[in-house]
Amino acid sequence: MSQDRLTHLKRLEAESIHIIREVAAEFRNPVMLYSIGKDSSVMLRLALKAFYPGKLPFPLLHVDTTWKFREMIAFRDATMKQEGLDLLVHTNQDGIAAGITPFTHGSSVYTSIMKTEALKQALTAHGFDAAFGGARRDEEKSRAKERVFSFRTDTHAWDPKNQRPELWRLYNSRVRPGESIRVFPLSNWTELDIWQYILLEKIPIVPLYFSAERPVVNRGGQWIMVDDHRLPLEPGETPELRRVRFRTLGCYPLTAAVESDAATLPEIVREMLIARTSERSGRLIDHDDAASMEKKKREGYF
Amino acid sequence: MNAIDPNVAADASAFTDYLGRHERKSLLRFLTCGSVDDGKSTLIGRLLYDSKLLFEDQLLSLEKDSRKHGTVGDDIDLALLVDGLEAEREQGITIDVAYRFFSTDKRKFIVADTPGHEQYTRNMATGASTSDLAVILIDARRGVLTQTRRHSFIVSLVGIRHVVLAVNKIDLVDFSQAVFEDIVAEYRAFAADLGFETLTAIPLSARYGDNVLERSARIPWYTGPTLVEHLETVAVDDDASERAFRLPVQWVNRPNLDFRGFSGTIVSGTVRRGDAVVVAKSGRTSTVKSIVTFDGELAAASAGEAVTLTLTDEIDISRGDVLSAATERPEVSDQFAAHLIWMADEPLLPGRPYLLKIGARQVTAQVTAIRHKIDVNTGGELPAKSLALNEVGITNLSLSEPVAFDPYAVNRETGAFIIIDRLSNLTVGAGMIDHGLRRAGNIHWQALDVDKRARALAKGQKPAVVWFTGLSGAGKSTIANLVEKKLTALGRHAYILDGDNVRHGLNRDLGFSDADRVENIRRVAETAKLFVDAGLIVLVSFISPFRAERQLARELVEEGEFVEVFVDTPLDIAEARDPKGLYAKARTGEIARFTGISSPYEMPEHPELHLDTTLAAADLLAERVVAHLQEVGIVPGGEVSI
Repeated sequence: MSQDRLTHLKRLEAESIHIIREVAAEFRNPVMLYSIGKDSSVMLRLALKAFYPGKLPFPLLHVDTTWKFREMIAFRDATMKQEGLDLLVHTNQDGIAAGITPFTHGSSVYTSIMKTEALKQALTAHGFDAAFGGARRDEEKSRAKERVFSFRTDTHAWDPKNQRPELWRLYNSRVRPGESIRVFPLSNWTELDIWQYILLEKIPIVPLYFSAERPVVNRGGQWIMVDDHRLPLEPGETPELRRVRFRTLGCYPLTAAVESDAATLPEIVREMLIARTSERSGRLIDHDDAASMEKKKREGYF
Repeated sequence: MNAIDPNVAADASAFTDYLGRHERKSLLRFLTCGSVDDGKSTLIGRLLYDSKLLFEDQLLSLEKDSRKHGTVGDDIDLALLVDGLEAEREQGITIDVAYRFFSTDKRKFIVADTPGHEQYTRNMATGASTSDLAVILIDARRGVLTQTRRHSFIVSLVGIRHVVLAVNKIDLVDFSQAVFEDIVAEYRAFAADLGFETLTAIPLSARYGDNVLERSARIPWYTGPTLVEHLETVAVDDDASERAFRLPVQWVNRPNLDFRGFSGTIVSGTVRRGDAVVVAKSGRTSTVKSIVTFDGELAAASAGEAVTLTLTDEIDISRGDVLSAATERPEVSDQFAAHLIWMADEPLLPGRPYLLKIGARQVTAQVTAIRHKIDVNTGGELPAKSLALNEVGITNLSLSEPVAFDPYAVNRETGAFIIIDRLSNLTVGAGMIDHGLRRAGNIHWQALDVDKRARALAKGQKPAVVWFTGLSGAGKSTIANLVEKKLTALGRHAYILDGDNVRHGLNRDLGFSDADRVENIRRVAETAKLFVDAGLIVLVSFISPFRAERQLARELVEEGEFVEVFVDTPLDIAEARDPKGLYAKARTGEIARFTGISSPYEMPEHPELHLDTTLAAADLLAERVVAHLQEVGIVPGGEVSI
């Protein structure tokens, strides 16, 4: 059977490459958001494949909140150097000037200003008309309905009830000045697919995904890593060394570690398969309503 | 399923085997469809729930949501797992396509959960367009409904050849074999003409899991496969890699002077190094030199693979061209017949220029005729002048340039297209090509010895269309008449096409519906084009309310030959003038669809001239038009004083 001739991973890979090429060909000024996480690593590899032996015909953009794990930034810089990539880094300077941190303003205000607002600033400043993101439909309910080409108004807003129908592999890339499309080449990948692909393709990922002894404090039942001196310790709180790893990466005060001995990729996959907690629960911002992600996305969050 | 046996997880070599199996599994994309309340979302929720793909926190939030929005009492409402958007949870209906994923050791599945509600039929077509199989749900208590027929028709229309008839809620009819068999018999009779290659009927209960993943002890009379068993093993093989080779070029890869590759996804067939290939549109041929990928060169590549080809000859190939097997070429035409599904609130207007995207090519296209529309409930043919949201029509299309294609029945990839509105940029239609229209090939342009340039030179002018647009009573014809007088006085040759006059003759068969207004303008624009060819300065005086049609008229002539003049008179002033008494009739309802009153007027965004009739008299405004024609060289300048 021809459909069984290609494995599901090969088919997913080809679909993503098709999407990435389509964007490069049809948009005036595309950009690929690079969050340094495992999904970004896979998306970057797919982009390199799409244009091989040529170089990427678009830059990468990292929205730096200044609260990323230090190992993430080191990994980012090493990757850019090794692949010879063009990276733009944007930080919301207004937020810095206003002293916005995850501790002073709470996770939702902080995320809105340092991530969502920062992203909009960067997209507007550079006039990008398409932005690749590494989101997957299996991550969360409202994402299951997201298009591969997701239209955004000139204020970067998403209207879930007014999405363009998307048929076959014919993507509509028409936008007016100021409007843009968020493009999700990994839409049909699942978390297991991502890990298997990393394993198969030997794609480098940030070491924080692997178990190691790290200084952590326990807050509300979650392990928070003390990545630098900026984490305010509460009375009686002393960092302790634990064997932990991260299932998902973001800003260190908002990303909880899990206790784990998984130090190799097969061990990570094995752990994932027997895990009893879904991926995003490590991200503290999702813990409000089931509808909270949809609200964030309407406002422009990736 | 995806959740792993702890014994396998604990044993390193068993785990390696497990990973290997998962790397090698295949992919099946299917959609679920049925009427409201047939239990589609519940069925998908069941697939996820039974395959243990739900994690603890998802279960917790499901229980919380069930208490808040649930419709099944104290039980967990599995539908809430997949009804993602807030509005849906509140209204209790699915209003958009959701994609869900689960897998077994044999296959990974991508499920499109599509809406059952009538007004969202376009989303069902969307889900079907990427699926190889459809699961059509039927509520055992209600049997085959109108919506069942409609969904089956769309599934068939979009080219799906494998169908599962899931007779759900079998528990609510006491697991009755007779009820099941009656439904299946009725469905088979109805679906006989829909071209399904396989049709498998399964009695099940999504809510309780009978025959979904596990065989049901409560339905002993049924001996066929469970739903998941069937999905795991059904062969939806369409021999894509055996068919004619097609690769729509997405991207010309030119990193340096020594490398020129053509990147794209092979949509059908197989290509080998050394194969002869042809650029379908130009007919130029070459030979495959190499098949390049990031992971090394390949000797051969087949349908579904994204590759880059290099050729032995330097032939002209750009994005949108289709590389094909030299021996089995696609059709090339600028006219074809197609099934069209309309997906926008604004109806399809024949004659209006839209964008059409096929493969990696985008061209301008018009629907030149709607042969008929199809009643999706009965399959019957109905006459139609336009298509409304969710209507399906058999149409003829005419494109601005020829494209390569195959009939959709032969190749779903090279026979499909989407229609995009040029102003709103929305995807408004989805099309499936039936066949090319040969007419285009038989009408060749008559090459004439005396050409446009020669005729224009003889008249000492540059031919052009001066297009006056504005509300009824704005003063278009008054100004156009003055312009013609002035041009004639200057020894120039102009001619007026006036809305009312043309409607007495050329266009007397047309009324004032949107479709007729579009056709009205199309004919006038084509006439103006012929007059420009004759060397004349054509003064067109038409309300021409829609931007899209004025744009069409502009594109029919060459750059610089079109001057759009917006005769701007506010509605209240035009209505106060009311030279023909039309506004009064429109207000009393004697005239329906009157521009400005009961039909929209879309103001020009960038007219060459904007004449505000409240600021200057008609004669002065006519002078401005003539001055502009002199400035841009349409009329030799200098003789007119302003």
